[in-house]
Order: sequence, then structure tokens, then C-alpha cells
Amino acid sequence: MNSSRIPIRKEERPPRLIDDEGRRVDGRLPDELRPIKIEVGVLKNANGSAYVELGRNKIIAAVYGPKELHPKHLALPDRAVLYCRYHMVPFSVMERKSPAPSRREIELSKVIREALEPALFLEYFPRTEIDLFIEVLQADGGTRTAGITAASVALADAGIPMRDLVAAVAVGKVEGRIVLDLCDIEDKYGEGDMPVAMMPNLGQITLLQADGVYSPEEIKEALKLAMKGIMKIYEVQKEALKRKYIELKREVEEDYGKK
Amino acid sequence: MARSSEEIISSLDKAKIISLLKRGVRLDERRLDEVRPITVETGVVQKAEGSALVKLGNTISIAGVKAEIGTPFSDTPNEGVLIVNAEFLPLASPSFEPGPPDENAIEVARVVDRGIRSSRAVSLEDLAIIPGKKVWIIYVDVYVLNHDGNMIDASSLATIAALLDTKIPKVKVIDGENIEILDEWVPLPVRDRPVSVTIAKINDTLIVDPGLEEENIMDCRLTLTVNEKGEICAIQKGIGGSLTLEEVYRAIDLAEKAAKKIREALPPLPNLENVEWVVREEKEEKE
Repeated sequence: MNSSRIPIRKEERPPRLIDDEGRRVDGRLPDELRPIKIEVGVLKNANGSAYVELGRNKIIAAVYGPKELHPKHLALPDRAVLYCRYHMVPFSVMERKSPAPSRREIELSKVIREALEPALFLEYFPRTEIDLFIEVLQADGGTRTAGITAASVALADAGIPMRDLVAAVAVGKVEGRIVLDLCDIEDKYGEGDMPVAMMPNLGQITLLQADGVYSPEEIKEALKLAMKGIMKIYEVQKEALKRKYIELKREVEEDYGKK
Repeated sequence: MARSSEEIISSLDKAKIISLLKRGVRLDERRLDEVRPITVETGVVQKAEGSALVKLGNTISIAGVKAEIGTPFSDTPNEGVLIVNAEFLPLASPSFEPGPPDENAIEVARVVDRGIRSSRAVSLEDLAIIPGKKVWIIYVDVYVLNHDGNMIDASSLATIAALLDTKIPKVKVIDGENIEILDEWVPLPVRDRPVSVTIAKINDTLIVDPGLEEENIMDCRLTLTVNEKGEICAIQKGIGGSLTLEEVYRAIDLAEKAAKKIREALPPLPNLENVEWVVREEKEEKE
């Protein structure tokens, strides 16, 4: 951002973002998701944690709590306080980002919290706090949505009672077309970005933002496409959670068998 | 976020609002899709390059524009810079405290900024003076003076009104490197008037332009910014809660209609025909 710095790593704008065959810069079709991988329980200290890779995005989320809240006057008498911090490490992007929270990160922390709150039974834990930390280790477009995907798995891993998981993906407009799961270059040079989060099983949208210009019909198209991607991510989330318990079961059985 | 006592509403009041809404009536007798009365007064601060005072019912926002010449961002060397900042002043509400903008104020600023930027309301390419070196930097500062609900719409209205009111001096560039500021003032290149419309969901009912009491009990908030063509150029869902697809579609409909009404309160777009922001002059070399 600062003009006095000379960047040494540059990503040039490709001449076309979608080619004649409808392929995108990374070879995907407009309704194609990037490869996604979710791991559960990656941090031993946290009550719950998850690691998500979506394309080149690498994001880790951890949950601590419910625990006592300090200072006490911030406690809510009828429910837990969800504290959320979305943060990008300085080397996660081409040009070093200051480690201090930017205005963007403050806003994203807020909308991520608000995207997850509807899924949580916070009323089960009055006067307590649940801390959620999302660290972006490498950013490649759609970090807030991948962060939500990771965070919701981490919350489930922590055993926080939930109405549904929250799965999220960004859709957007690239060369006049509505596409699923924008990568960094499409986010930067495309015409618009629309992050969406949902509780898939309940059909409820919990995060909706957009920049760029859309006709009302395009918004409908974008939301339908987002839903399609979210359903796929939802399956990967559930698989990841199940895998952890299958693994746990196997370990227990092995131990038991030995004895 | 902890709510201060002013934001806590009695369950009786809440029940009353909800039962009224079921009959299609609001606390202040508005229709569900009705925006509060709007007044827009521009040129309220003469020392600012542009300014506007907006009243949306009892919510008051003032926006001021200051312009200066500075360096562009390295990724947009041929464009001017637009910076929107919002603050909730402690005099605006018993629940506001002094201090740097909190997440709510930052959200307002970023949503207002998104609408202006996405709709390309200000053509920043006209504000480059010496490409890569010197550009106009336009600061919009929005202050909420009285909070009676829906600060986003009041602030975005004040921002676009202040930008429409803004005049900057013409600049002469001599030999591509020296800048002379001329005493000829031209309007800022404003080419669209995006209008944000905030919709609150209370118990499955959608209402336009929530007042403070409605805001305090709303389950979900959705802000849609609409440009002159009726296209959506920014979206922000706020607070907790959730929406169905159907509700989003209905909200788009409500926003489109309300935006037209709200835009009537704004001054017209400036006539930018034959307006030049930068003039270039090559001086002959003297011995």
C-alpha cells in the first residue's frame, strides 16, 4: 500500500480472467470449487481447533472456552459472550501486512462473529466467554469465508452445542459472469466479491456481504451458486468431524484390545 | 458485545412492537416499507471542501470533505484516493463513549465506502495529477450527532451529499513535474448517487429504516446499497441472526423501492461536461 516501498513479489493481471472455453485463471469452471481439505483437532492446547486449506488459503482456527470472563462487568447474564479475532499473519500476503489489526480485520472479526452466533446455543453458558481465534497463514481470496468454515468446525470440535454447522464461500463477478469461490487474482481484478455463509441444514444465511455491481437477478444467481458450493463444503466439514471420532474410536478399541 | 442500559428494552415494549408489526403497524405509525422524513442540507461548513447535514427522522449525521494532494497507493498509481472515516460522537447517545472508532463505527465507514467505491460514484482516475506521484486525496469524515437508529443510511446519505457538494481547485502541471494550484474551483467528479437502504428483520417481519427501538430488538439487519440504475452495489448483513433466501429477495425489492424515494432528497449530479481537473503546460526551456 505504501508507495515508498518497492514490492519484490508481484502477481501480474492475466490478460483474461475467463478464457473462451469458460476456464478461469486456475483452470476451474465457473461453478467449480477449489480443492478443500479440513483437519480437526490440530492444536492440543485449544478446546477445539481446525485447519482449512482451500486452494492456496491456509487457515487455522482455535476455540477456548466456555470460560470465566474478565473483566466481569462485560459478562452477559443470559448468555455467553463470543469473542472473535480474525487476523492475518504479516507474511500471508504478497506485500507484508502490519501485524496490528487493520480496519478490515476489525470489520471481518465482527461479521465472522455475527455469522457464527446464530448457530451457537450461547444461552447455555451465561456469564462466560468463548474465545475464537482465526489466523490466516496464507491468503488466496475468500479468507473470511474459509475462516468461518474453519471456525465452525473448531466450535463443534470444542463441544459447543450448535444448531447447525456454518459453511461459507465467496461468489463473485468476473468478466461479467457469476463464479464460485473467487481466488486471489479474481478477487483483485474481478468486478465483485460476495461472501456468503449459511447454516446449510436450516437454510439460513448468516453472512452476506458484497462489493461490485449486481442486478437483482445476478444476486439471485450468485446466492444459488453460493448455496451449491456451501453444500459441498458442508459435506467436507462433516466428514472431517466424523473422521476425528472414527480415529478416536479406533484408538480406544486398540487400547482396550491390548488389555 | 455487551449492551449498555440504554440499549436494553423491556420485554413489554418488545412484545408491543412485535404485536404491532403483526398488524403491519410500527411504533411511530410508519408503514413497514416507509422511510422516516429526510432532510439534506449541503454547504453547512464553509471551511470544508464539501459538507452535508442529514436528518433521518431524529438521527443526525454530518459529513465533511477535505481534499489534499498526496501520493497514490502503489497498486493504483493512476487514481486518486478516497478515504471514508466514521465516528460516533459521545454527544450522540448516552451509550457512546469517547475514544477511537469501535467496530461498529468502522463497520459503518466501510459499508459507506463500499457503496461509493463499487458504484464508482467518484471517478478516481480523474483525480490523478502526476500519475504515480501526485494525486488528490479525498477524505470524508462522517460524524453521527444524534443516534435514533439506522446510522448507516444517515451516514451514507451524508457522505454522498457532501461529495456532491464538494469543489476542489483546478491544478496546473508544468513540465510534468511542478504543480500550481489555480483559483478556479471545479466540482468533484461524482457520477453516481448510491443510496444505502437498511432493512431490519424482527420476528420474520422485514421493515425499512429501523428506528432505535426497532434496532434494539431486531434479529437481523441487512443493508443494500442501490445505484442510479437500480443495481445493488454493496451488501452488508449485520448483527447476529439469519435470513432465508426468500427474505433476501424480499429485502432487495424493498431496498430498490426505498432507494428511489431516498435519492429524491439528494442534490442532483454535477454537470461535468467540459470540466477539467488538471491542466498540463509545457514551458519552453530558457537559457
